Amino acid sequence: MAATAATARGHRFGSTAHFPGLRRYVVPLGLLALWQASVGLGWISTRSIPSPGQILATFWELAASGELAMHLLVSLGRVSAGLAIGVSVGTLCALTAGLSRRGEDALDPLLQMLRTLPHLALVPLFILWFGIGETPKVALVALGTAFPIYLNLFAGIRTVDAKVVEAVSTLGLTRWELIAHVILPGALPAFLTGLRYALGVAWLSLVVGEQINASSGIGYLAMTAREFLRTDVIIVALIVYAVLGLAADQIVRLIERAALGWRPVFVKE
Amino acid sequence: MSHTPLRSPARRPQQDPIVRVRGLVRSFGHGNVLDNLSLDLQPGSFTALLGRSGCGKSTLLRTLAKLDPAPDGTVELPDRRAVVFQEPRLVPWKRVLRNVTLGLRHADADARGLAALDEVGLLHRANAWPLTLSGGEAQRAALARALVRDPRLLLLDEPFAALDALTRLRMQGLVETLWSAHAPAVLLVTHDVDEALLLADRALVMASGTIAADIPIPLDRPRRHGDPGFIALRSRLLAELGVDEEHLAGREPQRAATGAKPGGYGLPASAVAAPSR
Repeated sequence: MAATAATARGHRFGSTAHFPGLRRYVVPLGLLALWQASVGLGWISTRSIPSPGQILATFWELAASGELAMHLLVSLGRVSAGLAIGVSVGTLCALTAGLSRRGEDALDPLLQMLRTLPHLALVPLFILWFGIGETPKVALVALGTAFPIYLNLFAGIRTVDAKVVEAVSTLGLTRWELIAHVILPGALPAFLTGLRYALGVAWLSLVVGEQINASSGIGYLAMTAREFLRTDVIIVALIVYAVLGLAADQIVRLIERAALGWRPVFVKE
Repeated sequence: MSHTPLRSPARRPQQDPIVRVRGLVRSFGHGNVLDNLSLDLQPGSFTALLGRSGCGKSTLLRTLAKLDPAPDGTVELPDRRAVVFQEPRLVPWKRVLRNVTLGLRHADADARGLAALDEVGLLHRANAWPLTLSGGEAQRAALARALVRDPRLLLLDEPFAALDALTRLRMQGLVETLWSAHAPAVLLVTHDVDEALLLADRALVMASGTIAADIPIPLDRPRRHGDPGFIALRSRLLAELGVDEEHLAGREPQRAATGAKPGGYGLPASAVAAPSR
């Protein structure tokens, strides 16, 4: 009996072996099926949560009217702008602090203090400073994403193998060549880890930012739906957030696979 | 400066030294690691540097490689220097050929890199990532990276210490071949008296931060462990290192068991003076 169960399990996971990406989606899809069944059998009231079928219908409705695309573009614009600023500032600070002692003394204590502050707590201050337009939303994303980039890239620069750096220093490279060929590529894995973390923070900041005085965006869509008791629209908005987050993570994974091909593969698919 | 292949440079008449060290002093904390050390290396000479752990031989090599800040005293070095360390120290995110050509300014850097890889027998791995190389392959890549710079001074910091016995023998043979083909002055830091006697024309024994003994090794090549001259010099070097051969007697059967290979060097009995790492 136990042997049969073990074989069955082996088969189930074995069947996804040809599509390694699929294995990651088995559990979410299973939960989706359970949800549809629960609503269909009347275990859950449709007023508190609609069925996946209803949500799909609402999704098509929003997509066909162009409403979803419009809000999506606005949200993507805010995240992109915020990320661009946050990643640039974080990278610049990490390079300054990572590559020079003076830079570290100047920047690191300040940034280490600021990073302990929950950046979402700055929302009231940002509204007073920047009003209720686009600026506070972009600023919130930028502030939230700068720190993970800074922390990871700084640590990455400082942990590049000193013995390799020493050996390369005997090869007659200039300081900038050393940085470009050895130190920055060596810090790249840490940077990409920071980037994945920053993307998560970016969506989180966007959710919070868009629920305050927004007139467009996925968060606005969800907040107005609340006033009309449209749980289906709220859930469409949540799913869009989730899919966007997942897609962003996949993009970084692809970058990692392309840029870090030199690393030995420990986990065989 | 002569570029012709040299079989036994130590027997040539003296030239102007390519490395000239006078009154070298380096102190760390309480004592002097290098204490008024003077040293000349002739162009194309092969010198082994032996000594107990902490005698300052690594510090001397690092000084000659300009890896440590400028010390007190005079150090004259050739412009073209190269170092091979105990670990290969390749850049993991650059393919083998890019590691070899790193820092080269020549227009034909790739051709030079490939030629160097060919010479160390690693041409087929030119496009490989360093982390996929075996220990011996990685160390040969490190040798190619040094060789491609056409060094006048080649510094070897225990380059075979981390390799298995058979790979070590092959690498020692390779270094000897490369040295006779390119004739750089070689300074080999080693713990292994046999290795020094197989490769070098001159052995320096360091003690308390200075050169305690300077012993010529006028043996014909290729050298074998069993030659009478080899055995006599081995005893002398071990004595200079303060090792009593009687205490090493227990190691002899091991050597007999592994046996000497015909045409090869035979496995060295690894008369290790003082393993430190």
